[in-house]
Amino acid sequence: MANMAQAVRMALHYAEEHLGVTDIFGEDVGAPLGGVFTATQGLKTAWNSPLDERGIIGMAIGLAMAGSKPVAEIQFADYIFNTIDLLKIAGNTCWATNGDWNLPMVVKTPVGSGIRGSIYHSHSFDATATHIPGWKIVIPSNPLDAYGLMISACQEINPVMYLEPKALLRIKGEERIPGEPEDDKLLSKMIDAPLGDRSQWKPQWPQLEAYAVPIGKGKVVRAGSQVTVVSYGRTLPLCKKAADDLAAEGVDAEVIDMRTLWPYDWELIKGSVEKTGRVLYVNEDTEVTNFGEHLVRRTVEELFYKLMAPPRLLAGKFVPGIGLADTLEMASVPQQGDVTAAIRSLASEQP
Amino acid sequence: MPKPRLLNRDEDSLPLDRELLVRMHDLMVKARVLEERLIQMYKQGHGYFWIGGPGEEAFNVPLGLLMKKGQGPAYDYLHAHYRQSATMMALGEDPIGALRQMKNVAADPYSGGRNFAGHFSKREWNIAPVSSPIEVQYAMAPGTALAQKRHGGDGISIVTGGDAGTAEGDFASCLVWSSRPGNELPILIIVTNNKWGISTPGETQHGETHIADRGKAFNIRTKTIDGNDPINSYLELKEAMEYVRKERKPFLLEAMVSRLYGHSSASGANFVGNEQDCLAVFEERLEKHGILTRKEMDELRNRYTEDMAAMARQVREEPLPAPETIWNHIFAERK
Ligand SMILES: Cc1ncc(C[n+]2csc(CCOP(=O)(O)OP(=O)(O)O)c2C)c(N)n1
Repeated sequence: MANMAQAVRMALHYAEEHLGVTDIFGEDVGAPLGGVFTATQGLKTAWNSPLDERGIIGMAIGLAMAGSKPVAEIQFADYIFNTIDLLKIAGNTCWATNGDWNLPMVVKTPVGSGIRGSIYHSHSFDATATHIPGWKIVIPSNPLDAYGLMISACQEINPVMYLEPKALLRIKGEERIPGEPEDDKLLSKMIDAPLGDRSQWKPQWPQLEAYAVPIGKGKVVRAGSQVTVVSYGRTLPLCKKAADDLAAEGVDAEVIDMRTLWPYDWELIKGSVEKTGRVLYVNEDTEVTNFGEHLVRRTVEELFYKLMAPPRLLAGKFVPGIGLADTLEMASVPQQGDVTAAIRSLASEQP
Repeated sequence: MPKPRLLNRDEDSLPLDRELLVRMHDLMVKARVLEERLIQMYKQGHGYFWIGGPGEEAFNVPLGLLMKKGQGPAYDYLHAHYRQSATMMALGEDPIGALRQMKNVAADPYSGGRNFAGHFSKREWNIAPVSSPIEVQYAMAPGTALAQKRHGGDGISIVTGGDAGTAEGDFASCLVWSSRPGNELPILIIVTNNKWGISTPGETQHGETHIADRGKAFNIRTKTIDGNDPINSYLELKEAMEYVRKERKPFLLEAMVSRLYGHSSASGANFVGNEQDCLAVFEERLEKHGILTRKEMDELRNRYTEDMAAMARQVREEPLPAPETIWNHIFAERK
């Protein structure tokens, strides 16, 4: 099976061929590297930009204005913060012009912890991104969704923020991408750039098929009846594993992958919480003014009388960074044990 | 600050057709009277904030006249700032739109009552939306220019902004992205230098002799011109635009202009008097050369003043946007 970086790459190839993507660009996005996470290797419209995040977002806005379809990359989400006002403008352009202009652009950026990236390569962006109206915001947790969400992002006529969980970029999927060859080694031979001299290398793309994960639709990744766990990105697989493990203890947890943070699938969450009466939101962004807090607030306001326990949020600690030492990173953002403990505790909570 | 090296054309001849001179004068008056009406509306409480371009007409009118107007990459894009009403008038825009935006009525054609005066936007003519954060337009203009370079033809991207704003990183971004070797972009980078931030004199902030000189480091063609002279502006803009259109390379043009009513309503929007008034100087020349009489010019101004007053009265009666329209256009819908 493809890993997430390969899935993104294949989706972008599909988008270049079929969806009118004209430019895939950013720092080190073009040859020879093809992106620091290799997600843009071998793509025909990929090019290297100056090391200038504001210039990258500005360029994407200008290209989108002029009818091109750009996919811009910010190398690490930690470096997207100096473009906030431009992101705000990209998000408000349609509204501010009373519908006259729309910006069909995608901005992709790797987010979060999990690769021992230290202070400047581990930041999350979900709380900040969901604070900028006018953007659609997606975050896959597996390669197939990564593929399908990128296809949808490239079909959009509005700005889409595509968040890539760093920790999951190298993880292989459990489901095959439509058109992906059976043999993983063969896939790698076809689309991974060789080490060393790449000047003559060209990828051999598989015959990929259209497969879109609709923006705004979440997914129940594990059905359950006693507690709802809502997550996305890096923490989603942790939630799934915790739920599977806890089944042995007699805890039956339903796990929902949001996949899109805006506009999000409230109906799915609501239906599940109405069923279970208990909900835990899990993400790894810092816990103060966290996107999960919004979900907790909405849960309290709309579902209070269905609840058997207070809704909970498990999130990253409100500390200024994620330290390099293994112990520091592990203590800063939710780990497997934290998730399992949180679900267990919520499931057994009695008034 | 050393005296600007202004490359003026000969003051004593009028090297443009009479018809063009009369047209430029007409548009300068129209834009001036429009701005004066907007200021008055603000002062009468028919708007919350005024910012605009009185004093920049001699540069902005020729700019509008020389633009290739239309939609899409075959035509020019304008990434304007908030002092560009004269350019809009020269492009043929109806002044009532600016009044509607000042009064934030539902019929405001640029933002539906959502944005400040002078914040134009018109997709039909490639007028990119003006936004208030200073200098962001310089980061975006290379994007339309790249699309135009690929598209072929002679459409160019034009970006304008103030002198103080060139301290922002976006200005440097524009120079960098416009001049990448082998990827030079068809972009006319304009700085209208009125020598002020809001209250901060440029000479206390900028070490470069001319802002335009910064282009030299990037091998960008540059020039500093007198933007208070419409004839000079017309000829210099024409030359710069022809270069960008043909060579598909950037040009950095710095135009020295005046700021006749201070920065905005935030600084009172009162006539300042110690700045050169480009319209008054131009009118003297037109009169001296027998192009127009004082009487004709006075009548023209009176006519526009009456027109704008009538429009302002009309706009005053127009409805504000309905509150529920806040939900409109958050996202574009596929048609
Ligand atoms: C990023 C940003 N910082 C500050 C401001 C507040 N502000 C509005 S206009 C202005 C001065 C701009 O001067 P200049 O760039 O010379 O343009 P001018 O208004 O003189 O034409 C400032 C500081 C702003 N709008 N945007």
